[in-house]
Amino acid sequence: MTMQRREFLKAIGAGVSTAALAACAGSPSRAGAKVVVIGAGYGGATCAKYLRMWSNGALDVTLVEANRVFVSCPLSNLVLGGSKQIADLTVGYDGLVKRGVNVILETATVVDPVRQTVRLRDQRELPYDRLVLAPGIEFMFDQVQGLGTADAQAKILHAWKAGPQTVALRQQLVAMRDGGVYAISIPKSPYRCPPGPYERACQVAWYFKRAKPRSKVLILDGNEDVQSKKGLFMKAWNGEYKGIVEYRPNHVLTGVDAATLTARFEVQDNVKADVLNVIPPHRANEIARQAGVVTANNRWCEVDFLSFESVKVPKVHVLGDSIQIAPGMPKSGHMANQQAKVAAAAILNALAGQPPNPTPAINNTCYSFITDKDVVHVCSVHQYDAAKKTLVTVPGSGGVSPAMSAMEGEFAFAWAKNIWADTLA
Amino acid sequence: MRMPAVVTPALLALFTAAAAAQAPDPNLARNLSAACANCHGTNGVSQGGTISLAGQPKATLVRKMQDYKTGRTPSTIMQQLAKGYTDEQIDLMAGWFAAQKP
Repeated sequence: MTMQRREFLKAIGAGVSTAALAACAGSPSRAGAKVVVIGAGYGGATCAKYLRMWSNGALDVTLVEANRVFVSCPLSNLVLGGSKQIADLTVGYDGLVKRGVNVILETATVVDPVRQTVRLRDQRELPYDRLVLAPGIEFMFDQVQGLGTADAQAKILHAWKAGPQTVALRQQLVAMRDGGVYAISIPKSPYRCPPGPYERACQVAWYFKRAKPRSKVLILDGNEDVQSKKGLFMKAWNGEYKGIVEYRPNHVLTGVDAATLTARFEVQDNVKADVLNVIPPHRANEIARQAGVVTANNRWCEVDFLSFESVKVPKVHVLGDSIQIAPGMPKSGHMANQQAKVAAAAILNALAGQPPNPTPAINNTCYSFITDKDVVHVCSVHQYDAAKKTLVTVPGSGGVSPAMSAMEGEFAFAWAKNIWADTLA
Repeated sequence: MRMPAVVTPALLALFTAAAAAQAPDPNLARNLSAACANCHGTNGVSQGGTISLAGQPKATLVRKMQDYKTGRTPSTIMQQLAKGYTDEQIDLMAGWFAAQKP
């Protein structure tokens, strides 16, 4: 028995160490294998970093990003409330450069999956052995009548990509008269960051309560009900923000009038606001469509959850908000970071001629700010189910906060500090 | 030769997984542990506000996670996350973090 066990352990041990050496040594079976990552948000930046780290610097990793700096969407609602500045959420890409990632600040325009190349706006061409698409979302402005023009889009902001729009929406709120109405329109699920619009309502209410107490926050939800942390948000709207926040479900937006800041709906009456904030429905960004990986409802990219490789286009992996999510999987920055590590491990295995890890497990942790410091969370754990071929939430795990607390506020800031470093440094 | 009792279930689980499907990934412990980095820092080295997991004794990490899992240690988020992981996974992650440079 003892001998048998020893032999067994030796066999396992030997197997593990040989394979581990191959994987740790960076493994690309072909010398100088190249990975190109498009998009340096939570998904793409993390993937680039982990590919470099887990290959011990052996892999050639190029990261293509259109923006000069990373601006975090998580925490950006605090800029609208006024307790944070956009600079507090802005991180450069120097950390990734130090990791040996070749960072190119340019727009990717064409993916050629047959020749395995990416063309950039400046006409440079990048060959790849594996491509990672983490392009984020684009808005379907054509779904909202009257929002198609640049002029309308300058008046009715989405602020659903953190950056200049966040700052501009804050300026609209500051310029608004006391006694005015801020209205936020939420698209039907799935959309980026399920609790985000409700947190935003809280942050604007927090600002109004202190600076413009006669003003109102109107939530016009395209869904039948609050999509995340319902009990916790309702408690805030009926407590902390009673008389300020009003929630209206089943408000499917069909059009806007930018001149009068009026919103029109499928069924419900028109709403006129002083600041109208419309989050239009969205879909995977254009480059995903061009690459041919958009396979679900003409909006999202279906992937193999063992590797996040496209189900349609080989050697192209897709991460983050642009994928067709598994059940219970939110479109969140935290989730994109987690997916990126599964993909990085699978890419390194593939380049070494190995199958992906058959048992990936990931989690989501999401904090929402009710005030400038009181916070609630939702979290979940997702394990791969081989029979269902998807990631499923583990029964009995995950959940939400019992109530908002300042302690969770501290955790939220600690989360931000750690995930920004995990993604970008 | 006697293996520490705590190692055996993990290896048996690996064997079961291998028999059931494919061989377990040689980097399984590393891959599982990477999911903790969002809050506890890359390789378990925290940037502040959460505890560092790197270099902590394996037995301590296993006990802490098991106490969260059973609810013995009350917490906001860890008791909910710990319930999502198997004992074998907790064992693998604890071993991996114990071996990291703090």
